Amino acid sequence: MSDVAIIDNGGANIASLRFALQRLGADARLTADPAELRASRRVILPGVGAAADAMQRLESLGLVEAIRSLQQPVLGICLGMQLLFESSDEGETTCLGLLPARVRRIPDRSGFPVPHMGWNQLEFADDPPLLEGIQRGDRVYFVHSYAAPVGPWTIATSDYGGEFSAAVRQRNFYGAQFHPERSGRVGAQLLANFLEID
Amino acid sequence: MRDGQVVKGVRFRDHRVMGDILELASRYRTEGADELVFYDITASPEQRSVDRTWVSRVASVLDIPFCVAGGIRSIEDAESVLNAGAEKISVNSPALAEPALIDRLARRFGSQCVVIGIDSQTTADRDFVVYQYTGDPERSRSTARLTLDWVREVQDRGAGEIVLNCMASDGVRQGYDIEQLTLVRESCHVPLIASGGAGTPDHFVDVFQRARVDGALAASVFHSGAIAIPDLKRHLAAAHVEVRL
Repeated sequence: MSDVAIIDNGGANIASLRFALQRLGADARLTADPAELRASRRVILPGVGAAADAMQRLESLGLVEAIRSLQQPVLGICLGMQLLFESSDEGETTCLGLLPARVRRIPDRSGFPVPHMGWNQLEFADDPPLLEGIQRGDRVYFVHSYAAPVGPWTIATSDYGGEFSAAVRQRNFYGAQFHPERSGRVGAQLLANFLEID
Repeated sequence: MRDGQVVKGVRFRDHRVMGDILELASRYRTEGADELVFYDITASPEQRSVDRTWVSRVASVLDIPFCVAGGIRSIEDAESVLNAGAEKISVNSPALAEPALIDRLARRFGSQCVVIGIDSQTTADRDFVVYQYTGDPERSRSTARLTLDWVREVQDRGAGEIVLNCMASDGVRQGYDIEQLTLVRESCHVPLIASGGAGTPDHFVDVFQRARVDGALAASVFHSGAIAIPDLKRHLAAAHVEVRL
């Protein structure tokens, strides 16, 4: 049984995530097999690309129900986090529906170019297990044009011309809007925390 | 990058070998660089793609974003670089030869992956003009495109970031081309990265405060050790430029 299954939804840029997990000593396997996903201790839903395409791929692979019914800790990263929500402006698509909100396009505001690319600060009130060892104000690397609103599911926010969900949790489903695999020490800490969650 | 080694030139000429790629990449990451860009400067002039064996070696040690530029002419070229672990691809000459490539890359990978590099220089009548094949002094030439027109077009086609290489300033450490960058900023609604001319920490303060760019790219001053990244970041923070410390 592998420590971590990374869902192979056809997107590029899985290598950086695999290398990051390797540096933490985790054995990560790329798979699109529902049985293998269910058998893994942890599951990561990565995502670079567009929401509608990604959902189509998950559907054609027969993975939508498989992901929704996972019981172990699941981490959605960037687009992978957005897919946990009800729906997205990006390609007007329904998503996995695990979080009751719509992912919206980041509004065009003067001084805040879209896509949002850069190192922004995390803000959070309590200390959820996913953020252990991470300080308020620590910077992590974001690359996104769409963002999830703040709600009961939010465990950390960030601000880019307006507040949005930087990290979320609903039951065993976790999400990071930023790229922990590209966020230096802070990102490595988040991934290490995810590997520790029971 | 040229033939697998890190090189740096002055005004896009006379490149000298600066060191081993993995050593430099790790050093800059540890010192606090926010992003690294690797240009394979020989790729486009020689009509070949970037040699990608080093991309995954770099990805295995780096935990900050990095961008690869050089000879990316197709979806397949881009895919292999992104699959090897790069965050972004930067396209310059091939986009000038075939602008629709930008649309295809943005549709396939998302705008956030697609950086357009623009090499720009004034002509006698003071208009900024785009240059092509700048990696090779023998083939480097101006195009018919005005820089501002090209800046607008690449955004319309889906570019997610623009790196403006101000050629007259490159490698000479006299400061970024604030005038040109300010002009481009007005037409640029995606992240704009200034490139060419950094010589002192105050040059970085200037380009952030006066040209309002989103990032500043430099090579010579870091490779030579003239500016240490931690010192530079403290200097920027003291001048109230928002930085990751």
